[in-house]
Amino acid sequence: MPHDHSDHPHAVLPSDPALRVKALETILTRKGLIDPAALDEIIDTYQNKIGPQNGARVVARAWADPDFKAALLADADPVLAELGYYGRQGEHMVVVENTAQQHNMVVCTLCSCYPWPLLGIPPGWYKSDAYRARAVREPRKVLADFGVTLPSETAVRVWDSTAEVRYLVLPMRPEGSDGLDADALAALVSRDSMIGTALASKPLGGGDPS
Amino acid sequence: MSRLHDMGGRFGDGAVVPDAPDAPVFATDWHARALAVTLACGALGKWNIDVSRHARERLSPKDYTRYSYYEKWISALADLLVETGVLTRKDLEGQGEMGLGEDELHALASKALKAEAVAAVLAKGGPANRDSDVSARFAPGDWVKTRHPGGSALMNGGHTRLPDYAAGARGRVHLLHGAHVLPDSNAHGLGEAPEPLYAVAFNASELWAHPEHPNDQVVLDLWQSYLEPEAQA
Repeated sequence: MPHDHSDHPHAVLPSDPALRVKALETILTRKGLIDPAALDEIIDTYQNKIGPQNGARVVARAWADPDFKAALLADADPVLAELGYYGRQGEHMVVVENTAQQHNMVVCTLCSCYPWPLLGIPPGWYKSDAYRARAVREPRKVLADFGVTLPSETAVRVWDSTAEVRYLVLPMRPEGSDGLDADALAALVSRDSMIGTALASKPLGGGDPS
Repeated sequence: MSRLHDMGGRFGDGAVVPDAPDAPVFATDWHARALAVTLACGALGKWNIDVSRHARERLSPKDYTRYSYYEKWISALADLLVETGVLTRKDLEGQGEMGLGEDELHALASKALKAEAVAAVLAKGGPANRDSDVSARFAPGDWVKTRHPGGSALMNGGHTRLPDYAAGARGRVHLLHGAHVLPDSNAHGLGEAPEPLYAVAFNASELWAHPEHPNDQVVLDLWQSYLEPEAQA
């Protein structure tokens, strides 16, 4: 049975969420079920080690190396594994390429599925009701909330992450980025551009002034 | 009918508010603790990812609405710990054995995630692809129609990953991902029941009364048992 009940056990914990977490952590620690040092390690991993800088490196390399890009789009998993970008919530990756004809955007309407090894922990807006509810029905209005307007000849494809497959958007390489090295290219790749709610930045001081 | 988590297409939520560019990964310390406690408890091996998702979905509509994101996590975790017998209600009330000051190690303590194992556990992940004797019925390019009514076919009110907004809709297979664990089964202890999983593309006009643009599409990952063949669309 789905275990629906009106007297959920969590209700006996403190209602303040910070206290609720603390109470549960304390109980579990005393019983030896969790190790506070392991919690610190998990937090450090996602706060300091794994984040959108990983995805940005992948995008920058795809912009610079056509063979790498072709392999990434054809079958991302072995390519990413070789770079060390495999792991929890990134076991099955698909990379989708933005073009002038098609813009891709990723959401998880049912929860908050997100490619952790490449982008880290999702931002608050990605997990918000407003994004989950609206991205599939009115992606262009959602893009407007991010200050992005697409030309009408560009079709939008929204990927709703309903399984354990995780999607990364390969944004279009911006004009004026010729000749930049890998680090400079990666600096143009924001987290949001790899979710599809932003475009890659144009290089400062270079490129087409229009 | 579905549950509140199944909110794709819903009206009335207002604007999406992007985070500040320098926003921290965790807005506050307890968010980080909630995530870490939840991941660490997964190592006890008493449930799988589908069970834990369903635990969040089963929060009462009132709680699901008023709780913030990590409140849902921590509250569903407390529920799961009791439902799976890891803790008792008395433990949660602080009246269990350790309430008297006697900290007794739990029978599952040997499974507790240790700090030195964290990196390897996170790097290993939990792949959902499996060998399956269910052969793929569809190929990229095929027209299909999703089940209608939606919801779990295995259990009334059970877990499913077919969103209501895409139930009964016609779309076209875009990719075959291989065979993956079926959440509808795995969330209820009915086995992994792996079957072919597809990315299926739906025209926005098939899903919404007022699509924004005639060429827009929504792609969903859907299991074979969610789909029926559709001759033409």
